[in-house]
Formats: sequence, C-alpha cells, structure tokens
Amino acid sequence: MSALAPTASPGPGAGLRSRLAGLARRDTWVFALWGLLVLLLILTKIIRPNYGPFDLGSLAIAALPVAFAAAAQAVVVISGGIDLSIGSVMALTSVVAARLMTDTTEEFAILVVIGVIVLGALIGLVNGVLVVASRVPDIVVTLAMLYVWAGVALIVLDRPGGSVADWLRQLTRGPFLVEWIPRALVLLIVAVVIVWIPLRRSRLGLSIYAIGSDRLAAFRSGVDVDRTRVAAYTIAGLFGALGGLSLTMTTGIGTPTPGPYTLLSVAAIVLGGVSLAGGQGGLVGPVVAVFVLRLINADLAFLGVDPNFSTVIQGAIMVVVVMLGAYVTLRRGRTA
Amino acid sequence: MTGAQGVAGGARLSVAGVRRTLRDQPIIPLLVLLGVLIVGLQVARPGMISPDWASSTIRFAVPLAILAACQSLTMLTGGIDLSAASVASMSAYIIATQSPEHGPFIAIAIALAACAVAGFINGIGVGIFRVHPLIMTLAMSLVVLGFVTIYQGFVVAVGARTPDVAAWLGGGNTGGVPNSLLLFVPLAALIILGLRRSGFGRLLYAVGDNETAARLSGVRVWQVLIALYVLSAVLAGLAGLILTGVTSSASATLADRYLLPSVAAAVIGGTSIFGGRGGYSGTIVGALILTVLTSLLTVLQMPEPVRQILFGLIILAVAAAYTRITEEA
Repeated sequence: MSALAPTASPGPGAGLRSRLAGLARRDTWVFALWGLLVLLLILTKIIRPNYGPFDLGSLAIAALPVAFAAAAQAVVVISGGIDLSIGSVMALTSVVAARLMTDTTEEFAILVVIGVIVLGALIGLVNGVLVVASRVPDIVVTLAMLYVWAGVALIVLDRPGGSVADWLRQLTRGPFLVEWIPRALVLLIVAVVIVWIPLRRSRLGLSIYAIGSDRLAAFRSGVDVDRTRVAAYTIAGLFGALGGLSLTMTTGIGTPTPGPYTLLSVAAIVLGGVSLAGGQGGLVGPVVAVFVLRLINADLAFLGVDPNFSTVIQGAIMVVVVMLGAYVTLRRGRTA
Repeated sequence: MTGAQGVAGGARLSVAGVRRTLRDQPIIPLLVLLGVLIVGLQVARPGMISPDWASSTIRFAVPLAILAACQSLTMLTGGIDLSAASVASMSAYIIATQSPEHGPFIAIAIALAACAVAGFINGIGVGIFRVHPLIMTLAMSLVVLGFVTIYQGFVVAVGARTPDVAAWLGGGNTGGVPNSLLLFVPLAALIILGLRRSGFGRLLYAVGDNETAARLSGVRVWQVLIALYVLSAVLAGLAGLILTGVTSSASATLADRYLLPSVAAAVIGGTSIFGGRGGYSGTIVGALILTVLTSLLTVLQMPEPVRQILFGLIILAVAAAYTRITEEA
C-alpha cells in the first residue's frame, strides 16, 4: 500500500504524476480500492474469457441498491452516527413506489418517483429528529425505527407485489451509449454526483464532517450540531429512497420485508474507508467497495465455489481488509 | 423506599428525591413497567395470568435473556456482539446433528467448543487488531453462517433431531417450574455477582469507562477482550442449546430473530452502549419486558405490522425515558 504513495519529486512535466501522487497520499485507501477493483476486473476476464457487457450490466444492477444503501450509511457515519434502519426505509419506499405505480400511466410515474424521494427524505428527517430529541444513542433509535418502518411497509403492501412503469425498468437495463457502460452504473453515478458534489462543497457538508470529527469543537466553532445531525439523516433517507426505488426498478415489484441492506451498507462503508468514529471518508470509497464485494461474489460463482463458502470468504475479506487498514494507520501514526 | 423517606418526613419526599432514588436504582422503573404490562395483559384477557402463562413466558424469555447477556457484557466494554445469534444457531444445529451419533453430552461439548473458537477469533480481532466490534462480529456472523450452511451439506444424511436433554431443559417443566431456570438462575447469579465482585467483572467496567486509563494502570486490555468475547460466544452457545429445546428445531438461522431484541433488551435494561455503565439484572428485566410485550401485542390481536411498529416505538420510548431518568440532573 505504501508503494501507492510514492514521494513525488516535483519537476517539470510531472504535473499529472504529482497530482496523482497527491491524490494517492490523501486518499490512499480509496486509491487502493480502485486498484483492487481493476485487478478484480482483470482477474474476472482471465477466469471467464467471455465476460462481456451483459455480465457487467448484471453486476451494476446487483450493485445498485447496495450502493445507494452504502451512500446513505456513509453520510450518517461521517456525521458521527449510524443508521440501522436503512434496510427498512428501502423496503418502505420500494413498496410505496410499487403500489402507487400499479395501474397508472407512464407519465404519472414521474410524480411517483419525485414523491418517493421526498418521502425518503421525510423518513430520514423523522429518524434524525428522534435521535436528537430523545438523546438516546443513534444505534438504539435507528434499531427501534427499523421495526417501525418495516411495520409501515407491511401496512402499505402485505406481500410482494405492485408494479413499475416500463420506462423506469428500462432505465437500469442495457448499455448506455457505449456497449461497455451499463445504464445502471450511469444512473448510480448521476444520482450520487447530483446529491453529493454540491453537498460536499457546501457549508452543510463541511458541518457534517465537523460534527463527526469532534462534536464539541464543531459546536464551539458555531456549527448548529442538532440541525446538522438531522440534515445528515435526511440525506441518508433520500439515498435510502433511491435505494428503494432501484429495488423496485430492478425487480419490477415491491417487497415489504427488509433485505440485508443495512448490514451490507455497514460492511461497504468500512471497506470504503469511512471510519465508524466519524468525520472521515467520502462516498466514492463505499460505492467502489460495493462493486468490489459484488465482483468477488461473481468471481467465486464463476469459479464454481459453493455459494455458502463465498459467504465465509466475504466475511473473512471484510475482517482482513479492516485489520490491514488498522495496521496501516498504526504504522503511519508511528512514522509521522 | 417510601418507608425510609416517610420516617424522615413527608415534606422531604420531593420530586428530586424520587428522581435520585430512581437514578440510583434504575431497575425500579423497569419493574414497574413490567408490572404495568402484566396488568395490561390481565385486563386485555382476564384469566390469562396463570402459572402456566408464567412458565411459558419464562421459557421464551430465558434464551433471549442469555443472548442479551452477550450484548450486555460486550457493551460494558463499549463493544457489541452481533455474531451472538448465528453462534447460537450454530450451537443448536451442531447439538441436533451430533447427538444421534455421539450422545447429547458430547454433542453439547462439541458445540460449545465451536462457539468458543468463534469467540476467540472475535476476541483476537477486537483485542489485538483493534477492529471495531460491530464490524468484527458482523463479519464473524457471516463466517459462522457460511460454515453452518456448508456443514449442513455434510450431515444432511444424519438429519437434525433435538436431543431429549435439550428438549427437557428448554421446553420441560418440573412441578410447574420451567427446567431452563435450572441453568439460567445459577448462570444469572454468576454473571451478576461476577460483574460486581470479581476482578474480571471490574476490569470490564474499567476498560469500558476509560480504556487508556485501564491500560496505563497495567491492565492487559487485549487479554480482557479475548476472554470476554470467548465468554460471550459460549453464552450464545448455551442460548442455542435452550432455544433448540424450546422450539424443538434447529437450523442455521434459528436464533436470527432474537438478535435485535437481545440488543434492545440490554439497552432498555440500562446498559450504556458506550461502555462502562449498566449491569445484568436490568437486562433480565428488559428481556422479560420484551417477552411480555410481545405476548400482550399478540393477545390484543394486533395485525403483524402494527405489532412491529408498536414494538419499535415502545423500545424507543423506554430508552428515552431511561436516558432522562438516569441522566445527571
């Protein structure tokens, strides 16, 4: 990993190199993750020579809901909290979308999409207000809300059902312009960029990092801690709604029982370089981590490994990577 | 409590005094809540409260209370054990599949040994490599689940059968008293006394309260953590043993639905998730509250969704009330 952060010698013509080196130094973790992803893609091509655009498309479709869940979790964890209710929020928004889109026109679906995204933000707002108002630790409040939102989802739709507008379904299928770029991937990038880039550059974004890093210091510097925490949960709810929508879009129906998305999101953010202590990391790392995890899964399937054994391997990879990360941080702390 | 204060003078029985008493004895409001729930049950369905009802409630509360012990103990050090449920399921499954061949006691020994190994790895990850307990135990739950599913493939010919010992222990009654109390009462006494009196118990509080201070005082924190996570996994294994008896079944996901309630029981029982504060007696009451609450919601014939919503809201309300009561005024 240290090889990825060379001491760049500033010289003429080394503009790109020094910029890359600077990026690598600042974001060693994410940089290494990109490397791992590329390595895995090469490995996949070796294992399965006819790995083509179609497989890449299925990878992106499988990764889409998990990636949104990871984005939601990342925002909350950066602000110093944790959201265990993401899986339920996704289930709820997914069934609301599927139910509203049953027997309606294709045009009405646009309103449904907007409405569901607003609904997700409202759900996040409720989570955030409860966390701040009750003064109970985040993990407990969102654990309780996990039950609440799952219950509401069951009221909306008591069994998997509903349907989705055709154009929405097509939005995730097939390639975009070039054969090798899956639409689902473009959708993911567009959605994350639209929300994250303006946020990151805004005062609110800075406040989210500040309260995650040191709540007291942030408070003393004039950050409204409570409001920022609520905002972080609201944004997480918005990403959760996008995750729920993508579940409905990719499966064609809404499922009221929460999937494993909460746990997957926690795994992805930790692999993606977001510290559970808060204040560190971004959204790129977790999203790349989701693709890495999905690709490992796919590779193990291509190799004919027992799918149960690949659960073991995924767990082991998670531990090893995190241990490695802790080790690297420890080493750095000593040398710096 | 009113007696002692009444002697001192009725005028001094102020709001602040009550608050202080509640803060020093946080188990009192929990017992009151439990009483209210039981009365509510009696009102909702008169004649429901009977010795039979009590023994069946206890039978279902015991595995939850043991799993909640895993959470309570790890939370004291600022950790959590999300692998408890899959470890419990593993234990139940190993017991059910190994006992036809080796007899129940060897099967139980094998199961608990397997649990201890899982706990040991958790402890190494948390204690030596400083992996966040949430991540470490979450990953371990995946690993355990995977291994059990693979193991399932090997023993599919043997078949899973709950041994009579487990059925007797988990599901049986002797003179109206659930047999599981035979295991649970000594276990609970050991944990409560151990936390208060033993050196190891105090080390858990010390590590959770201020790890740096503990380390500087010469505590080998990593050894404490390894011992703790092994203990937690063995407790989870015992919960699995009881659970396979209660339900007379065994599968790789048997205990999964107890995971979140076990965390909730520890939290409403007053154990701080940040470490250093709490105990096991509150957790036991928490497990009883959750079990009675579930049966109350069932008796009221709430539809499943409403039950889930109320369950979540009540956990939140109790936790919030608790935070307010125990907070320094």
